[in-house]
Amino acid sequence: MFYREAGQFKTTYAADMAVFPVLQDRIGIGVILVVAFVALPLFGNDFLINAVMIPFLVFSLAAIGLNILTGYTGLLSLGTGAFMGIGAYACYKLTTIFPNVNILVWVIASGCFSAAVGALFGLPSLRIKGFYLAVATLAAQFFLQWCFIRVPWLYNYNSSGAIEVPQRTLFGLPVTGATATATTRYLVVLTIVVVMTWIASNLVRGRIGRTWMAVRDMDIAAELIGIRLLQTKLSAFAVSSFYCGVAGALMVFLWYGGAESEVFDINQSFFVLFMVIIGGLGSLIGSFMGAALIFILPIILRAAPEALGLPLRAATVEHLTFITVGALIIGFLVLEPMGLARLWQVGKQKLRVWPFPY
Amino acid sequence: MDILYKVFIDPFMQMGAAPDLLVQTMWEGLVAGVLYALIALGFVLIFKASGVFNFAQGIMVVFAALTLVGLYERGIPAFVALGITIVAMYGLAFGVERLVLRPLVNQPDIILFMATFGLTYFLIGLGELVFGGEPKVMIAEQLYLPKGAIDLKILGGLVSLQKIDIAAAVIASIMVVGLGLFFQKTRIGRALRAVADSHQAALSVGISLEQIWVVVWFAAGIVALATGIMWGARSDVSFALQILALKALPVLILGGFTSIPGAIVGGVVIGVGEKLGEFYWGPLLGNGIESWLAYVIALIFLLFRPQGLFGERIIERI
Amino acid sequence: MRAPADSDSAVTEALLSVENVSLAFGGVKALSDVSFDVRKGEIRAIIGPNGAGKTSMLNVINGFYHPQEGRITFKGETRARMRPYVAARGGIARTFQNVALFRGMTTLDNIMAGRTLKMHRGIFWQILRAGPALAEEVTHRHKVEEIIDFLEIPQIRKIPVGRLPYGLQKRVELGRALAMEPDLLLLDEPMAGMNIEEKEDMSRYILDVNNHFGTTIALIEHDMGVVMDLSDRVVVLEYGRKIADGTPDEVKGDQKVIDAYLGVPH
Repeated sequence: MFYREAGQFKTTYAADMAVFPVLQDRIGIGVILVVAFVALPLFGNDFLINAVMIPFLVFSLAAIGLNILTGYTGLLSLGTGAFMGIGAYACYKLTTIFPNVNILVWVIASGCFSAAVGALFGLPSLRIKGFYLAVATLAAQFFLQWCFIRVPWLYNYNSSGAIEVPQRTLFGLPVTGATATATTRYLVVLTIVVVMTWIASNLVRGRIGRTWMAVRDMDIAAELIGIRLLQTKLSAFAVSSFYCGVAGALMVFLWYGGAESEVFDINQSFFVLFMVIIGGLGSLIGSFMGAALIFILPIILRAAPEALGLPLRAATVEHLTFITVGALIIGFLVLEPMGLARLWQVGKQKLRVWPFPY
Repeated sequence: MDILYKVFIDPFMQMGAAPDLLVQTMWEGLVAGVLYALIALGFVLIFKASGVFNFAQGIMVVFAALTLVGLYERGIPAFVALGITIVAMYGLAFGVERLVLRPLVNQPDIILFMATFGLTYFLIGLGELVFGGEPKVMIAEQLYLPKGAIDLKILGGLVSLQKIDIAAAVIASIMVVGLGLFFQKTRIGRALRAVADSHQAALSVGISLEQIWVVVWFAAGIVALATGIMWGARSDVSFALQILALKALPVLILGGFTSIPGAIVGGVVIGVGEKLGEFYWGPLLGNGIESWLAYVIALIFLLFRPQGLFGERIIERI
Repeated sequence: MRAPADSDSAVTEALLSVENVSLAFGGVKALSDVSFDVRKGEIRAIIGPNGAGKTSMLNVINGFYHPQEGRITFKGETRARMRPYVAARGGIARTFQNVALFRGMTTLDNIMAGRTLKMHRGIFWQILRAGPALAEEVTHRHKVEEIIDFLEIPQIRKIPVGRLPYGLQKRVELGRALAMEPDLLLLDEPMAGMNIEEKEDMSRYILDVNNHFGTTIALIEHDMGVVMDLSDRVVVLEYGRKIADGTPDEVKGDQKVIDAYLGVPH
């Protein structure tokens, strides 16, 4: 009885096509945003913000990026880790060469670099499809990871091969480097993620999103209604890599504070892919859900046995995480291939008719 | 000009100057290629019969090897451990068929592909949990695999061939011929080919898909075990092997996904190409290009022939 | 047989003409030396027994298959081979034998996808969506709603097309083709699998499209009653060759056509 659309009539097409047409949804989003922007910084502890919320947001952004490529356009990519890395290293170089420019500008610019490289590695997609394209993205992943190690210019010839993030400020407050507080960093990341999610939802609901989905569903028919395949696929690669690049820059600059090339290896690519699969291919809200599940899982696996008095070694937790994730992937694909997002939709449907069964 | 010389002339001159080194490098490439080919063979088996692209083939290699070594370390004699491992691979095939393949039988291929990702990580986690993550030594001696090397004094220098590598090549050839005969001559082989062509037609003549799939995954498991033993005998058994196993993908691209001879040819081409590239052109670019060279070769190849060397051209009908 | 229209008596120019087209797949000859034209504003039927090459002919016109020989002249421009994008830009739209809808999208999105060529706002405005991009969406949404009303499918607007019954899917596909506002509409067995009522509805839509919008239509169809009633002229193919070309009455009485359908060996 709470979630009824009765009485909410749309009088314009614009209202019908809005992101959250139902009033209750709008209220819900409003509440979430208030909690995220206000309640958490005021009441949350540093651990929650630093070790849970910031990485959750960063990975959600990367998952949105991969979802655009794999979920909306149907191009399987195993190069997510590398594209995140490009964003991180590009941001690092830009800010060390031009330290006086606002760091946010460089974060966005590094996304553009990532987009360019993504489009480049997306060129083969005109000729190559399906599994074969996945192998092409593997080429990108391994080649770029090799570059991160073998091109010392990228990490400013640092002898350890790692990059360390210099301090940068925003409106006078330090946002990167050792002195930046968790809350400041969290608010910056939150703002960027909210804005970019809004942009992504605009893109997928409009002309460009439809061309992506058309190419995914039947590219032959898409061609015959006038959609240019190469441009559509390249735009998917470019936008997707932009998101992954920004996520990578945020990860290094506003979370870890530094990075080595291992951070952007193929396991990273797989983990983001698992977030997308579990969350739901082709769903923005699914990206958030999938990131939450995959990310929260190791924390639960460590905390729960401890609470029961059987603490586990860190390595064991990692192994259990792999086992659980693997099983979850298979489980979701068998039971609900459209992921958590679909379960959420079904849940909302039941909520619509509650307390009646149907 | 200098660069042109360095890329196109110098490496060949180096090859000519020390032909024994060239042959040695090519031999190393051949050996690596045989191992890639064996992994690719596992892929081809499963793909031919079920249309599933089994990403987990690499981890099956590691898992098989780990089980073998793990059992031996717990005090079980070598050949008994081998027998138990074979049974374990059967169990794995059975479990995969029941829990993964059967529920997903009507889904599009890409879903099954992603399910094998899940399987891969599941096995990685399980393997690390049960056997631990440190590298282990393969029980080559206990399995009566040859040790030592044959040194050939040819071409003005020395070419050293490890006996274990020769054994690997021989075993691989036996497997390929054996599998080829199996597919062509036996009743089950014929059933496998029928299933590869059309699931529905095979069902309608009474072939049980479930049995076929268990057989095929078991065969792939045996191939994985042999690969694991051979590979482990050359270098230790560790989870790093699993990433190396991804190299089988470029092999499959070259050789086609459904061709057994293609897997061998592709494997050898990739293996030799990779080693030559690393040895003669590697120093130009900084070392370690082995990590991506195979993929880039495959990528370039795909641009010209999207269906691989031996694959069939897909004609889309609407 | 439909009532004579003005265009019947006047000699109208050919919108599309196909000359000496031959198409082979390896050893299989799909089309051999086929020539015919489609006049502006007419409804042209392409008929023939199974395997005659009818769908291949449409695929050649669309640019999906490239013929080994022959030329296609569309709106005065002659090409040896058409390309799908060029065909779409030029005003050729098409439906398929095995409904080629975008299954992950709703009816509304599928038909809106047909408007892609007419939408021009670049990525900058798409990112913001407010302002010009939204105005463009609304404009095209109006057009799409007109098509939805015309095809009497408003109740299935928001349903993913994968869930619709076959007959409705074919209607949505027609809607998507209409959204392109084509000059030439190619229909591949639009009545396949439909009952009498659905066929009457579909025939009505086809006639309305031809009368209202003046769209030239070429359709492949097996139902002889539909062919005789709807079309102005008919082309008959058999084993990739043209064996008859004329008005429905002429073709109906042609002995070669009767033999082809009855399977008389020759």
